[in-house]
Amino acid sequence: MAAPTDQRVTPEVIDLRPPSNTGNRVFAGLSAGAGWAIMLTLAAVALFLFVRAAPAFTSSAEEIAGVSILRGQSFWGFVIPLLFGTLLSSVIALLLAVPLSIGIALFISHYAPRRLAQTLGYIVDLLAAIPSVVFGLWGARWLMGTIDPVFQWLSDNLGFLPFFQSYVPPARNIMTASLVLAVMILPIITATIREVFLQTPRLHEEASLALGATRWEMVRQAVLPFARSGIISASMLGLGRALGETMAVLMILSPGFLMNFFLLKPGQHQTIAANIANQFPEASGLGVDVLIATGLMLFIITFLVNVAARAIIARRAEFSGAN
Amino acid sequence: MKFALNRRIAGIAVVSALAVTLSACGQDAVQTEETTGGSTDDATTSALSGAIAGSGSSAQEKAQNAWLAEFMGKNPGVTVSYDPTGSGAGREQFINGTVVFAGSDSAFKPEEVTAATERCFGSEPLELPLYVSPIAVVYNLPEVGVEHLNMTADTIAKIFDGKITTWNDPVIAAANPDATLPDSAIVPVNRSDESGTTDNFTKYLAAAAPEAWTYEPDGVWPISGTQSGAQTSGVLEVVNGAEGTIAYVDASRAGTLGTVAVGVGDEFVPFSPEAAAKVLEVSSPTADATDLRLTFDLARDTAESGTYPVVLVSYLLACSQYDNEADAANVAAYLSYIASPEGQTLAASPEVAGIAPISDALRTQVDAAIAQITAG
Repeated sequence: MAAPTDQRVTPEVIDLRPPSNTGNRVFAGLSAGAGWAIMLTLAAVALFLFVRAAPAFTSSAEEIAGVSILRGQSFWGFVIPLLFGTLLSSVIALLLAVPLSIGIALFISHYAPRRLAQTLGYIVDLLAAIPSVVFGLWGARWLMGTIDPVFQWLSDNLGFLPFFQSYVPPARNIMTASLVLAVMILPIITATIREVFLQTPRLHEEASLALGATRWEMVRQAVLPFARSGIISASMLGLGRALGETMAVLMILSPGFLMNFFLLKPGQHQTIAANIANQFPEASGLGVDVLIATGLMLFIITFLVNVAARAIIARRAEFSGAN
Repeated sequence: MKFALNRRIAGIAVVSALAVTLSACGQDAVQTEETTGGSTDDATTSALSGAIAGSGSSAQEKAQNAWLAEFMGKNPGVTVSYDPTGSGAGREQFINGTVVFAGSDSAFKPEEVTAATERCFGSEPLELPLYVSPIAVVYNLPEVGVEHLNMTADTIAKIFDGKITTWNDPVIAAANPDATLPDSAIVPVNRSDESGTTDNFTKYLAAAAPEAWTYEPDGVWPISGTQSGAQTSGVLEVVNGAEGTIAYVDASRAGTLGTVAVGVGDEFVPFSPEAAAKVLEVSSPTADATDLRLTFDLARDTAESGTYPVVLVSYLLACSQYDNEADAANVAAYLSYIASPEGQTLAASPEVAGIAPISDALRTQVDAAIAQITAG
């Protein structure tokens, strides 16, 4: 029997400290820092807007009267038609884009063969990469000429409706601008809704099919209810882009400062962002502050729209693909 | 695995070598520019050096770009820059000292004169009318059959006010017996942004057709509900986009569109640089004009034969006293170049700005004013 010699286990020095926390701390710090950075950036933008816009609200009446872009109105008389124009063009763009987006997303996720679905998804994403200036040029150079006969027909035959009254060529009205905006927000909405549709629980879909539903009935019963919040959040994303769109509207619309529903008439409406781009180069002094104040209004409207969207989504939080 | 690693190292090496080489190239270029800039020292090159910055009227942009390129070519030691921020911003920046010269489509207002005098260390500012540009009234009627449509100021005012609505209106037909005027609607187009062109055009309408045009002249178009475009290029897009449109643009940008021959006295005068320059000759100085501030009260309602009264006169603003030698010398040299026959001819070419060169009489006055720029 061998004597127990080097079979004895020599214990290493046991490190009783807990495992190193450095990695954890660094990563937690970086994440917190990123979160803070974005909040600080937002605060900086909001602060800039409030501070630079303040003179527009606090100036006396005769100082305001000297600002030529106001054309003799008060600040609110100036900005409310702009808000109306912004919301009008965005809402029309949404009404045109969302049904189409739902259709495209549904086709890609549930109806198309895999190869075609991938290609179509790729093409839709490509549409999102086109700069808005290019959309403006496309709208001004091609779409206006092409849609002219359509508007002319609408104005001649359905002109009793205020929406289609008094069309004047070239087609530089809010309807053309909204069409181009719809094309611009389509890819964002489609991409988001497609992701949401793809997340529908397969069990629900298969259960529906097993109970004898047709494909369309399955979509209606399992996919669409699940995706409702996602559709709303996608629409809000698209609406956010449409509200702030500048170059396309600037190049397409003949602006005006009126509030009405003459969609085909030129010189009626204007959006806040396009107005700032239009008038900023020649603005000076209090005029610049007035324009920044209209930018502040847009900021607040976008903020409210997002809050409303979040509230709607939160109501269906437990059964949604958006969270 | 080894092969992949080698390839990765090779890739990184190539990229870093490329980066170093290209950055060295960049530096070399800058260095050679600087050395040639400072070291040429023969008798024919100017001794001026320094940098002067100006800003203001966007109407002057093209002309200013051509002028400063030529000037910097002759005076390699000087850097001139011009930022087309708009006339209002230009006057503001001149008054608060951000720039040493400015371009403005309108002269200083009285309170601005006081502020500018303060900025100029107590001495008077200069206002020199060195940019006279005709404004053309263009229309898109390809089948009209005549080179220029004749219209009186009254007709033009009524068209832009929406009172005359079709091309074959009897008033237009009476002045144009040879033209084929279609029975279509006239679509007036204006600038949607605040502009010196609009300001001068409305001033012309208010002066020459006061009964037909009752709006206050302003840089912002007074009528709503019209087709409009952002800046000259936007307006031209609209005019070219549909037939039957009519608009007012800087004459150098009229291109192939038909232009109106404006009624002056008993005749109709199409635009030309000489006819536009003649307006300054028949105009008198403003009440508060001085030897240094050569501001004019344009006689836009003139009946003098051969004048084209629809012009935009843009001023160059400077100080008569600067606090350093370099600024004074450089600004004086630059303004002299602009006022010189070759400077004016350069900007008069259609590819540049199509301005109307100033007359010799006016040049004498301008040179006398520039000679008073001092440092101290």
